[in-house]
Amino acid sequence: MSAADDISTILSSGIRLAVPLALAACGEYLAERAGTMNISLEAMMLGAAFGSVATASATGSATAGLVAGVLIGLVIGFVHGNLAHRLEINTFVVGLVLNALMLGLTSYLITISSFDSHQVAQVSVPWLRDIPLIGHPLFVERWPVYLLILVIPLTWWLVERSRWGLELRAVGEQPQAADVTGIRVNLRRRQALLWCGALAGLGGAYLAVGEVGSFNQNMTAGRGYIVIAAVIFGAWRLGRTLLGCALFGLADAMRLALPALGLTLNSQLLVVAPYLLALLAMLVFATGNREPKALGQPFERGST
Amino acid sequence: MTATSPGAPSGTGRRLLGLLAPRTYGWQTPAATAVAVLAALALSSALIAVTGGSPSASVQALYQGSMADWTAWTSTLLYTAPLLLVAVGACVSARSGLFNIGQEGQVLIGALAAAWVGLRLAITGPALLVLMLLAAALAAGAWAGLSSLMHRLRGVNVVVSTMLMTFVAQQVVAYAVNMPWLLQESRVGNAPVSPQSNPMPPSGLLGSFGEYPGLQVNGGLILAVGAAVLVAVAITRTPWGFRLTMLGRNPLAAKHAGVRVNALGGAALAISGALAGLAGAVLLASPVGVNRLQPGMAMNIGWDGLLVALVARNRPLAAVPVALLFGVLRSGGGFLAATGVPSFLVDVVKALLVLAFVAPPVVVALARRRRSGGRTAGPRQEAAPVAEEAIA
Repeated sequence: MSAADDISTILSSGIRLAVPLALAACGEYLAERAGTMNISLEAMMLGAAFGSVATASATGSATAGLVAGVLIGLVIGFVHGNLAHRLEINTFVVGLVLNALMLGLTSYLITISSFDSHQVAQVSVPWLRDIPLIGHPLFVERWPVYLLILVIPLTWWLVERSRWGLELRAVGEQPQAADVTGIRVNLRRRQALLWCGALAGLGGAYLAVGEVGSFNQNMTAGRGYIVIAAVIFGAWRLGRTLLGCALFGLADAMRLALPALGLTLNSQLLVVAPYLLALLAMLVFATGNREPKALGQPFERGST
Repeated sequence: MTATSPGAPSGTGRRLLGLLAPRTYGWQTPAATAVAVLAALALSSALIAVTGGSPSASVQALYQGSMADWTAWTSTLLYTAPLLLVAVGACVSARSGLFNIGQEGQVLIGALAAAWVGLRLAITGPALLVLMLLAAALAAGAWAGLSSLMHRLRGVNVVVSTMLMTFVAQQVVAYAVNMPWLLQESRVGNAPVSPQSNPMPPSGLLGSFGEYPGLQVNGGLILAVGAAVLVAVAITRTPWGFRLTMLGRNPLAAKHAGVRVNALGGAALAISGALAGLAGAVLLASPVGVNRLQPGMAMNIGWDGLLVALVARNRPLAAVPVALLFGVLRSGGGFLAATGVPSFLVDVVKALLVLAFVAPPVVVALARRRRSGGRTAGPRQEAAPVAEEAIA
């Protein structure tokens, strides 16, 4: 194989690994702008991955699986939202518990059941796929990949241009002030978690019925945490967050491709890269006031 | 909320209730907790029944594997020790208002340091074990201290950094056991080497009290219970503990009262890391595993220990029975598979139980506050001492 082929192969696999991250990142980004540090992202992705495979197997349609994944993400987002922003249980506690719960539940269920393999259809864009180097990686993909074309601008528009997004940002920066102006802080945060759940569900479902076609125990293997790292790495800006996702996807692809290429680069270093980069980004940008001021803090009317 | 609210039992009764539901003196919280726990158990049973298993057989298997005879108890206590160590550490940091969720990584770093001392230092006798434990505590304490440093210097959120550092720790250990010059096992003839260390030398193993057919109490458990008592006394009976609690409740007030906020918070985080590191050394040196450093050796003990602290509401002594319960679930889980119910069930049960213990006090406090029109300021922190990222 030529070097160009190698690069093209790594690019393809990098993009495939980055897509679930990017989908979930759009959700996490929005949730964090509203002030929820949502670590149950892992639970959303894992639950959706399982649900999508189960549904696809039951209905025979991978698309139905994708929809089921979104629904499961929504349900987990709903549960997290109500526990953290209605009952006011600490959001990290809720996230930890939901992660443990979904990991246990999906592991339990996959051990006692078996599913048929289903995958969503591949789309191959004529003409464009013939572009050297990037043509094949970008334009021969399973169709949910192209949902990103819709999801990314929509997320950006929602946060930056809609009235709802303005309120979300206010809620993430200054909940007390937002409350005084009549914005229902906890309602906005719950809504943000629904958006996050739907997209994380889509990402998890894509991982299962899109790329792999089946579910295995702890399939997401910490991808939810990588997405959180990407949002931090992106300093709470959508563009940079997505850049982080692409970078982390590529690092993962490199790790998988290294043995075949006969290169000896340290695989642990590639695995750890997202987390190190996120930590580094926090060290560098943390004082640049990029972080939503009320991130991770519960809101309660009347408290300061 | 005061102790004189209607329906509050007094004296011993209150103390007993306080053990179940600390710092909430009404009857609502224990009642709600009882209902929630029953609901959690009912949900778990329903899950078993729906998936074709038998709930009663599962309970039987859990009992068989964890409490039926002395061997089962021995295994339960082996799991209890590291869980309790992690939980006691989590209590310290959460009390100070800093929420450390990186125990899983700190456990690994502790095990790594202990393994290095045990395998690379030419020491024999009891001194080796002491050094291993010390090294584990120091290394993991420093690891957690890094998060505190990042927080202090650059304002990095402690929850996030401790979480990210967990994944870094996992790769550090994976690296160490893949490098022959670090800790990978030595090659014997032409046999392939695995990513694990050599077994610990005999003097680097924790002994236990009791002989095989009877109950064996592992040294790790004694260490853990000792730590729980020590920390409980330190928190409730010393000026240090008072300052720690003050810092957690109101960092600004603590600062104005002359508490050295950064030093105290950093110390709390380091202590919680050190105790998690000790748990790692205990995992390495007790017969719960294979006495080798392995990337998967933390077995979610770090995450579970954190859940123990949550259920115990950050009270070290309350963590003792909770850790025992989690140890029972872990130890019994191994016996579940024989009944056709995957052992992952215990993870579901654990998560539901945690929710059942965590939610009621918050809900009760919220309801009470809503009823009083939001005018009483007290119960919020009383009911949810789980830390908010507080130190400015």
